[in-house]
Amino acid sequence: MDQLDLARWQFGITTVYHFFFVPLTIGMAWVVAGFQTAWVRTRNPAYLGSTLFFGRLFLIIFALGVVTGIVQEFQFGMNWSEYSVFVGDVFGAPLAFEGLLAFFLESTFIGLWIFGRDRLSPRLHLATIYLVAIGSLVSASFILAANAWMQHPVGFTFDPVERRAELTDIGAVLMNPTALVAVYHTVSAAFLTAGAFVLGVSAWQLWHRSHGPDAPAFRRAARAGMWITLVAGVAVLASGHTQGVIMTQQQPMKMAAAEALYRTEQPASFSLLTVGTLDGSREIWSIKVPGLLSFLATGTPDGRVEGIYDLQDRYVQQFGPGDYRPNIPLTYWSYRLMIGCGLLATAIAAVGLWQTRKGRRPASPWFHRAAVAAIGLPLLANSFGWIFTEMGRQPWVVWGQMRTADGVSPGVAASTVLTSMIVFTILYGVLAVVGVYLLRRHASAGLPRVGADSEGADSARLTY
Amino acid sequence: MDLADLWFVAIAVLWTGYFFLEGFDFGVGMLLPVLGRTDEERGALIQTIGGVWDGNEVWLIVAAGATFAAFPLWYATMFSSLYLLLLAVLVALIVRGVALEFRGKGDSPRWRANWDRLLVAGSLVPAVLWGAVFGNIARGLPLDAEHVLRGGLGDLLNWYALVGGLVTVTLFLLHGALFLSLRTTGELQARARRAASRIGPLPVLAIIGFVAAIQAQRGTAATAVTGGLAVVALLGAWAMTRRWAGLGFVLTGTAIVAATATLFLASYPTVLPSTIDPAYDITVHNASSTDYTLVVMTWAAAIFLPIVLAYQAWTYWIFAKRIGAVQSPAAGGTASEEADASR
Ligand code: HDD
Ligand code: HEM
Ligand code: HEM
Repeated sequence: MDQLDLARWQFGITTVYHFFFVPLTIGMAWVVAGFQTAWVRTRNPAYLGSTLFFGRLFLIIFALGVVTGIVQEFQFGMNWSEYSVFVGDVFGAPLAFEGLLAFFLESTFIGLWIFGRDRLSPRLHLATIYLVAIGSLVSASFILAANAWMQHPVGFTFDPVERRAELTDIGAVLMNPTALVAVYHTVSAAFLTAGAFVLGVSAWQLWHRSHGPDAPAFRRAARAGMWITLVAGVAVLASGHTQGVIMTQQQPMKMAAAEALYRTEQPASFSLLTVGTLDGSREIWSIKVPGLLSFLATGTPDGRVEGIYDLQDRYVQQFGPGDYRPNIPLTYWSYRLMIGCGLLATAIAAVGLWQTRKGRRPASPWFHRAAVAAIGLPLLANSFGWIFTEMGRQPWVVWGQMRTADGVSPGVAASTVLTSMIVFTILYGVLAVVGVYLLRRHASAGLPRVGADSEGADSARLTY
Repeated sequence: MDLADLWFVAIAVLWTGYFFLEGFDFGVGMLLPVLGRTDEERGALIQTIGGVWDGNEVWLIVAAGATFAAFPLWYATMFSSLYLLLLAVLVALIVRGVALEFRGKGDSPRWRANWDRLLVAGSLVPAVLWGAVFGNIARGLPLDAEHVLRGGLGDLLNWYALVGGLVTVTLFLLHGALFLSLRTTGELQARARRAASRIGPLPVLAIIGFVAAIQAQRGTAATAVTGGLAVVALLGAWAMTRRWAGLGFVLTGTAIVAATATLFLASYPTVLPSTIDPAYDITVHNASSTDYTLVVMTWAAAIFLPIVLAYQAWTYWIFAKRIGAVQSPAAGGTASEEADASR
């Protein structure tokens, strides 16, 4: 492997890892804020218990999101210095805004939330968790605007003397339609992820402590998690559809690769499963939904979808000789797995809502197993979504402007990148073990015992 | 002064803020095994920075982000050239952050003791390496005409890096000890004061070496003033360790401001000097973004930085009240438990 491959692997590993914690952070902040709001309003101790219970899980996840985020920010300069010089004038601004507007807010108020329970009035303390939650959305908006600019560069000119992209319209970058729909899709996916997490943890609790004193609280939490998952699942679907339409206009090659659609078709069918070689030479067996791809890609059931061969020819004329095809099996499968894993989690939530309707409890252990599995599904869907988005853009790092291969740092040896990749992989592996251990431990403990007079008891601690 | 100069100053200010704030976080982390003899004591010490460390670290994130946006070439060259030093910093910051957040999430004393060890290492390593990073920047890097580093890790380990590392580690130790003298009471406070007065002379010696080196290599009248101020402030801080810790803390803070100013002023308008040929230097002007980008950033900073400063200051005020009132290691437990129990 050369320096380029290593830098790509490192970016992929560290980013996917960071993004395990990000969606949970975004969604769980609102879940915790919701429970705390209920507690402040009703003074029902069960709500305080739920706030602290899910709050503690939230803090474990949040910490891992924070520490892995710094790596991302340094990595652009360390491994991708040519890229950084090329995009800095445009890409740096949203990144700096993210720090200034979002990270300061999140990090300062999370500290106040953890340590301020006994120093702030209940309403002010509640406000701090809302500020954290808002901060995480602001953060997502800015970083996704930066990423969307790489998918669909707008609001800039290319300066041939400095050999770099230069910002001409910050409004266009922040209001890039690619960014807006990515925020919609990613934030919906974050709520889906958090909803399934709450659902899975609560279902586990209900199954193992079905007659314990906390059962009513976990039942409520489980139903809340199911509703969040279901509603967010619908929003993910709707936004994913819009994204597909925009993507077909802006990056038709990505859509063609997502479908392994080699020849232009009208109308185009959506392949659910294909057995055969994805290089287009041979198709042994496939299941197809007629017209669905046309609908996803163009919004009409008989729209025309361009195929990989035609696009490749077009790009050679436009950009010069080269291979403009991304890794097709990878894009094809990651696209399907994103949709499949997410829909499965949504379906589990829907079944759960039905099974627990009007005070019923599911009799079969299978439901609980499925609910626990539902924790992992959206996490996988998120990873596949990013892998699809980023790999589908290849060979470009900034679409139509800069190739990934041209973005790496010229002065950094492959051995150096290998060192850092090994270091991060080992460190992240250890963190995963510790994180999963802590999450299991705290997720399987009962609700913190909190009464009016034992608020500071050990089990209710959020602090160190 | 044009916009690029303004952003040069802004980035210097962001780094100063970072060193001022994380300086005492690192100091507290490094002093943990010296001052905290029991699990409870260590918990109480960590409590003093628990609510603020993450907010302090964001100063670093914003400093790096602002450099990326305002001076892409500076950001790209600095981070790719100092690769392995920054890798070690990253690892340490990750370990430290996780140690702070996870130590209270298990309940055996051994669990906490292990995280405490990692917290010490995770504070010590960046405290040394930030000095080494900026020592190298002050010395200059072997950058070629393409602004690419010609050299390896060996080039980054030199006298400048060593002296720079000694400056930051000793300065942060003193800064942290004074911070703890302010934030603790009783036996812990007495120990923090004793530690401060023992550490006192070390940063004075280190900073004299550093300022002299910079002055000899590329000093100006301005750096003579700021460098001198840093030395005097540290002498003052040492003198104050047994009397007024508050004043001492202000003086270590002044020293951090003056030392960072010295660093940034020494090579201005160069931000990364090339040791191969001064023609290859990276300067405020050849590295800056377009005026349009800088104007956008200036507006954002002018509106939001005061807001950030206001709420961070408010946070310190909230926590100052709390810890000043209840921090008593003898009683055991954490401050928040005591506060709860005392109601
Ligand atoms: C859609 C959302 C999203 C995406 C795509 C990314 N992040 Fe992230 N990031 C967050 C959403 C987020 C967050 C939810 O805001 C986090 C998680 C935990 C936290 O404190 O904030 C965070 C933390 C976080 C931190 C630590 C902040 C702190 O100390 O408080 C940094 C420096 C970054 N991120 C940087 C990045 C970079 C450079 C990315 C691009 C490769 C990136 N993140 C992708
Ligand atoms: C919002 C910020 C971003 C996110 C969430 C993100 C996410 C991802 C993901 C999930 C992958 C797939 C990893 C894999 O192959 O396993 C990836 C790949 C990659 N990304 Fe991004 N990315 C972001 C921004 C960037 C930026 C700014 C760069 C610029 C250097 C970049 C460059 C790359 C490269 C080079 C790869 C490797 C592609 C490959 O392996 O073929 N990404 N990214
Ligand atoms: C019917 C369901 C879905 C459709 C049609 C869909 C469609 C898409 C499309 C077209 C993209 C690529 C956008 C681009 O590259 O420009 C994308 C990206 C992504 N998807 Fe999905 N998706 C669906 C379900 C899900 C689910 C269930 C999740 C996670 C729980 C998810 C998470 C993501 C993520 C994280 C990205 C990358 C970020 C982004 O580009 O917004 N998606 N999706």
